[in-house]
Amino acid sequence: MNTHAIRVIYKYEMLRAWDTLLQSFASPVVSTSLYFVVFGSAIGSRIQQVEGVPYGLFIVPGLVMLALLTHSISNASFGIFFPKFTGTIYEVMSAPISFIEILIGYVGAAATKSLIIGIVILATAGFFVPLEIAHPVWMAGFLILTCISFSLFGFIIGLWADNFEKLQLIPLLIITPLVFLGGSFYSISMLPPVWQTVTLFNPVVYLISGFRWSFFEVSDVSVGLSLFMVLAFLTVCLLIVWWMFKTGYRLKQ
Amino acid sequence: MQPIVSVSNLSKTYTNGHQALKNVSLDIAPGEILALLGPNGAGKTTLISIICGIVNASAGSVSVDGHDIVTGYRVTRGMIGLVPQELTLGAFDTVWNTLCFSRGLFGMKPDPAYLEQLLRDLSLWSRKNSTLMSLSGGMKRRVLIGKALSHEPTVLFLDEPTAGVDVELRKAMWALVRRLRDSGVTIILTTHYIEEAEAIADRVGVINNGELLLVDDKLALMHKLGKRQLIIELEEPVSQLPEMLTNRALELSNDGGKLTYTYDPHKSDTGISALLQAISEAGLQLKDLQTTQSTLEDIFVSLVKANEPLINSSCRRKPASNALKDMGSGIRRNDES
Repeated sequence: MNTHAIRVIYKYEMLRAWDTLLQSFASPVVSTSLYFVVFGSAIGSRIQQVEGVPYGLFIVPGLVMLALLTHSISNASFGIFFPKFTGTIYEVMSAPISFIEILIGYVGAAATKSLIIGIVILATAGFFVPLEIAHPVWMAGFLILTCISFSLFGFIIGLWADNFEKLQLIPLLIITPLVFLGGSFYSISMLPPVWQTVTLFNPVVYLISGFRWSFFEVSDVSVGLSLFMVLAFLTVCLLIVWWMFKTGYRLKQ
Repeated sequence: MQPIVSVSNLSKTYTNGHQALKNVSLDIAPGEILALLGPNGAGKTTLISIICGIVNASAGSVSVDGHDIVTGYRVTRGMIGLVPQELTLGAFDTVWNTLCFSRGLFGMKPDPAYLEQLLRDLSLWSRKNSTLMSLSGGMKRRVLIGKALSHEPTVLFLDEPTAGVDVELRKAMWALVRRLRDSGVTIILTTHYIEEAEAIADRVGVINNGELLLVDDKLALMHKLGKRQLIIELEEPVSQLPEMLTNRALELSNDGGKLTYTYDPHKSDTGISALLQAISEAGLQLKDLQTTQSTLEDIFVSLVKANEPLINSSCRRKPASNALKDMGSGIRRNDES
């Protein structure tokens, strides 16, 4: 195991976030605070409870997930896309490191940044609502698994994209709608039956549901199914990355 | 002696159908400087990129110090340093950080003392905290060399290292390359500049259209292929060669004022005395005489322009004399052709 390579990649990526502290950590806090003000106070004051949970509290897991998914993808995709764009990727490709080590470095750093953002947002939420976490270990587990799996997904996007437009395409056109329609701000039981069925095809539903269960023991689908879906997504992403490195897709000519 | 790098029947066809390398075989000895000469698109960078693991080969194999570059990539890549053709550097990194990154990437534990000495050798120590975007082109080129040397490689690939570099820096780089060779590093460089190969290489390989035309010792190559020409300037131009001179290897310039005699300087009888006597007997008056020696550039130009099917590139280290024996006439100066 080339631990020195993992260390320098991880450190390099973390320093990049540190150099852009406001953009990396402060902006998610500001945007999440705005969500709390709009949905928690303005609109939430008119919706008393959802599934027995005050609305302001109910949206906390969804907001955390929204930030986690968005930042995991953007951090990881940019982390690998930029060296490709500038050409400095040649150094990584010519170094004595395996794809697993590259993944641990890049995806580990992206997941760490997302995790920090998630924790900061949870702390911010504490200023707006009385935060309760029924199953802290499960909550931490979902948090970490989501950070890793969506950072992996972002890494795939970064490998696949050959221009900046493509880099933004999937996060903007697919991920954001899936997150908003995945029960971030509502329970899917509030939807008409047909849309409830359609929503079950949205993988983000399982993430948010499992994460919300760890807070309030309230969920749209069983926690076991949520965990299975996260792990399945993680496995699929790993297989895709493995294939990309094995074939050199968009990396080697 | 076991080669440090051994390339066997290497071929590369890109997805667009372009065949960049055609059955290339090449052995590189430890501690030598090999210059790969070739025009744009000849396959030089593809060859280097395959050895370094950046491009996948379509066929053939490469080993470094006996280790296959695919199955033993950890060993082979750890031994190799690469200076790419383009100035590919992160704009916001500092010189020091980028060297530390490169060293760690290649599995080496931090060694600030070594990196400090490296930066001093490259005259970059005073700029160690500068961001890369603030450096000049020459400095960036030296940073790339520093990155390639940061993990103490035994084989160094320099892909057109002095492209766009001023004369002073170019000579400084040549001196650096020689010092590296003296310290035991094997160096393979690609270049457009014949003078670069002539100045620092031990051996020269000529590559064109994906085929390795020849690889030979630089001095031996010039000895074998370096023809000399005697240029005879006449007092009065002539419209055609006199009858008694037509059986000599002479060429008359278009203006009729110069005769060019191509000969092998290594032969015991160059035929110059007999030629001068024949010219005198033909009644021609001489105004001036001069000789020219073909350079590596002349050899290179004649090689890449020659009829390629005459050269069997599949032969490993094919002797230049065999490869070129059917290539036709020798080197001719532009003003004489």
